[in-house]
Amino acid sequence: MARRSSKAADEAAPEVARKSPMDKQVTMDLLYHMLLIRRFEEKAAEMYSQGKIGGFLHLDVGMEASCVGAISTLRPDDYVIAGYREHGHCLAKGCDPRKAMAELFGKIGGMSKGKGGSMHFFDKARNFLGGTGIVGGQIPIGTGAGFAINYQGGDQVCLVFFGDGAVAQGVFHESLNLASLWRLPVIYIVENNLYAMGTALSRTQALTDLHKKAEGYSMPGEQVDGMDVLAVRETVGRAVERARREKIPTLIESRTYRFRGHSMRDPAAAVYRTREEVEEWKKSDPIVLLWDRMSRDGIITDTEYKGMDQEVTQAVEEAVRFAEASPEPPLTELLTDVYV
Amino acid sequence: MAIITYREALNQALREEMRRDPRVFLMGEEVGIYQGAYKVSQGLLEEFGPRRVIDTPISEAGFVGAGVGAAMVGLRPVVELMTFNFALVAIDQIVNHAAKILYMSGGQFKVPMVIRGPGGFAVQVAAQHSQSMESYFYHVPGLVVVRPSTPKDAKGLLKSAIRDDNPVVFIESETLYGIKGEVPDEEYTIPLGVADVKREGADVTVVAWMGMLHRSLQAAEELEKQGISVEVVDPRTLRPMDKGTILASVRKTHRAVVVEAGAGFAGLGAEIATIISEEAFDYLDSQVVRVTGANAPMPYARNLEKAKTPDVAAIIAGIKRALAI
Repeated sequence: MARRSSKAADEAAPEVARKSPMDKQVTMDLLYHMLLIRRFEEKAAEMYSQGKIGGFLHLDVGMEASCVGAISTLRPDDYVIAGYREHGHCLAKGCDPRKAMAELFGKIGGMSKGKGGSMHFFDKARNFLGGTGIVGGQIPIGTGAGFAINYQGGDQVCLVFFGDGAVAQGVFHESLNLASLWRLPVIYIVENNLYAMGTALSRTQALTDLHKKAEGYSMPGEQVDGMDVLAVRETVGRAVERARREKIPTLIESRTYRFRGHSMRDPAAAVYRTREEVEEWKKSDPIVLLWDRMSRDGIITDTEYKGMDQEVTQAVEEAVRFAEASPEPPLTELLTDVYV
Repeated sequence: MAIITYREALNQALREEMRRDPRVFLMGEEVGIYQGAYKVSQGLLEEFGPRRVIDTPISEAGFVGAGVGAAMVGLRPVVELMTFNFALVAIDQIVNHAAKILYMSGGQFKVPMVIRGPGGFAVQVAAQHSQSMESYFYHVPGLVVVRPSTPKDAKGLLKSAIRDDNPVVFIESETLYGIKGEVPDEEYTIPLGVADVKREGADVTVVAWMGMLHRSLQAAEELEKQGISVEVVDPRTLRPMDKGTILASVRKTHRAVVVEAGAGFAGLGAEIATIISEEAFDYLDSQVVRVTGANAPMPYARNLEKAKTPDVAAIIAGIKRALAI
């Protein structure tokens, strides 16, 4: 990746992010996680092409700021649930990349012993509730986690991530209604990458400013630039506090873009998007955006950046080594975890 | 021993389990202020309050899914569906999520929830409200499916279902809510996955559950007068099914009849008949007979509704076919 000139970087940064304080520890952490996800996803694509990963693989490339920025606002005891494009969310929540890669490889060392695969990442120790292959299926489940938090008198929150496609599902509407009615500490984050698989937003939604739907459920709704990790962090952070302290849910529309196709079955995404559009969005690469700002503010040197990228690359290579070495699950695993 | 209704038995089970375990809560349409559409939850709101007895909007997929999420993070939801026909609105959350999350997470997340409500035929409530809904669920690995036929079974099985860490589909019956039966005074549970011989006999095994169980018992009474001794086995849990009890009975009687209210094609009778023919073939003196509901949606007209579901006469005829008399 190449950094842009200071001037270009400055012009590209949105108002709110330009004004956010640039804390070194926070920004290094954000950058690290976005880089980790980027390198992990690139490696996963490579492994898929080599036949080491099968089935469906939906990559988060380009959308890293959305999950990293949001999840950076959480405590370890807060919950996250997402859909099938959830590798980034899982890694951002702190899941071990080795167990994630082994899960993709279908090995016993995977976080689900190889029985879930790409669309079904779960990590109980990190309060990561999945992972689902059903568009929108996670929305009521995350709502239920919010219900349980209140029931148990806790002050945790639950972030529920889904795409613009999922907004069309009935359970989106049912869940937001329940959350608002029952004052659940849930933050609904629609990662609007403008396409539901191959169908453009304007062809799936009568109201394309998705955050405005919040008004229909009597809850706050906000739109944020999903390519700006600091803006996402700031917006979600406020929603998290609102949920934690006031038990008010929020709908956040994070406007973002996937640089690759819907899945590895649609690698080029060329049938329904133009190359020009993709190239235009790549100019807002969330990693470059943050790196530019950190550089400009003297928080990171080029050497430090390269060092971080190397560290991340090594972590991903270690994950692949771990996954390769891990055995396939024994045949007995076919019939376990079906009844307790 | 007390004599109480099936409805009261369920109410007692809910009450006892909610007193016993603070993580248990009840959620569904009209369960609170309305006292339950079928009065199963009568008085629970008064005792436990709105935190634990929750009236929901008409959002089956939403609140069943919310139950899944609550179960994953440590609670033990009892989700009521006003009738189990409405499970179809929530079937993705039941089959794709509740049933599979333990497996897909490699054992990390249990989903200890009970989804309960009345299923099967009632009286003239027509096609969409009269289905034997178990057929959608007993096929699914990961779900426990229970259909209790008596007050004693209803109470004991519901308590076990609530204590079980698996997702349990617990389908009652509107036509049985008012029946009375003996229930022990002391606390008891009935294990899941264990069938019950409701009537001992020597000449033929009848496997039946719910309304058909009661009609089969009536048929057995009738046939006793004709010198025929009928053993009636109630599976109680449909999945996982206690085939041991059924097979032991068939090895004794050498003849088998399955009676089911639902449409016969690919009904549970097909599975039971196949299990018997696979594992007790040499003990059979005749082929397994299935007495089933007609392969049609439930009609509204009273006479057609009666014709759709096996009556005592049809069960007697089926038993006699098995006995070749």
